Amino acid sequence: MALDKPYKDVPGTIIFDAEQSRLGYWLNQFCTSLMKAENRARFLADERAYLDEWPMTEEQKLAVMARDLNWCMRLGGNIYFLARIGATDGKSFQQMAGSMTGMSEEEYRAMMMAGGRSVEGNRTIGEDGDAQAHRQPQGAAGKKESN
Amino acid sequence: MARITASVFTSHVPAIGVAMDLHKTQEDYWQPLFAGYDFSKQWMKDNKPDVIFLVYNDHATAFSLDMIPTFAIGTAAEYKPADEGWGARPVPVVKGHPQLASHIAQSVIQQDFDLTIVNKMDVDHGLTVPLSLMCGELDPVKDAWPCPVIPFAVNVVQYPVPSGQRCFALGQAIRKAVESFDEDINVHIWGTGGMSHQLQGARAGLINREWDNNWLDLMINDPVACARVPHIDYVREAGSEGIELVMWLIARGAMADVNNGERSGPLPHVAHRFYHVPASNTAVGHAILENKE
Repeated sequence: MALDKPYKDVPGTIIFDAEQSRLGYWLNQFCTSLMKAENRARFLADERAYLDEWPMTEEQKLAVMARDLNWCMRLGGNIYFLARIGATDGKSFQQMAGSMTGMSEEEYRAMMMAGGRSVEGNRTIGEDGDAQAHRQPQGAAGKKESN
Repeated sequence: MARITASVFTSHVPAIGVAMDLHKTQEDYWQPLFAGYDFSKQWMKDNKPDVIFLVYNDHATAFSLDMIPTFAIGTAAEYKPADEGWGARPVPVVKGHPQLASHIAQSVIQQDFDLTIVNKMDVDHGLTVPLSLMCGELDPVKDAWPCPVIPFAVNVVQYPVPSGQRCFALGQAIRKAVESFDEDINVHIWGTGGMSHQLQGARAGLINREWDNNWLDLMINDPVACARVPHIDYVREAGSEGIELVMWLIARGAMADVNNGERSGPLPHVAHRFYHVPASNTAVGHAILENKE
């Protein structure tokens, strides 16, 4: 019998379970290496060369170089590990999380100041909240498209 | 004998530590949040514990994918603040309490909880931000935290994570362990992390103020029912990282009114309760509960 994974129907969310962890093992191990200052310097000096030291997939390396955290997560990355890349770039957690929404940094910060994203319409895939796949990208560009 | 006199609950957002380290606590954005801890800092001075048993989650810092313990207890003499990628926080080294920690490890494992014993690790913002919030800004060279701390790390990063029910039962086992320690010392148990937040994907920034406050009511007044909240509710209602709240149930389960999985005797005294949105990506919750004599 298959394992129960009710979290698969939460929109805009990839839960880091054993399956994702297996996919992303080397991607996340690479991220962990960035907790040392000398490794951060080496990575920034030549990203491609540093990534080639790790048995990651080519797609994982491209996703890291593109700084596309959603792409990284689909390939098994976990946000707490991926945060090491953002830290290396001097970014805050808010900038990193915001980058995954399609909103500009200002738009994301304004949403948080206004009380954050509403849960209404965002509990289950198939509703009509702003985190649903058919409402992406969010922000000014996204809104124009949906009108 | 040793006894648990109070429990402290607080979120442990990394940006809070950054705001303190960069002396931004009086800026418009941060002032309302830190005002919620003014009472707590005074309370810590008036009710200084001999030891803090601090439940938190490691954020892929001490434990990478090389090793993922569900529950890990620190039995070391000291723990350095970790470099999480931005450099280590400029806060004092955390002194442990190896004797009490080892005693608790032995007792809790004999009560059928499989703890991982850790003699060497760095501690991340999950542990140092609650200390900063409750003790104020400290100089890493001249100052020290007010008492020894036993770090207790819970895996809420890689699923499956422990249920609220299991955390609640574990709290009860920890209280038994503390009460079987011969020295006459006063222990506080802290449950940290949590309140609604999601750090990932198109749903990042989720805040559910109503759910958070209802959960806080339940945690304080009916922890038995709170422990039964299923895992998926945390994810759906409070965001993928809202699951950190299960750690609060460890501290709540260690309070005197919880016995054999049920509530009995008077509810703890709510010395303080606070809620604020936002801190970076999250809601911040905070409470202080005192056991009645």
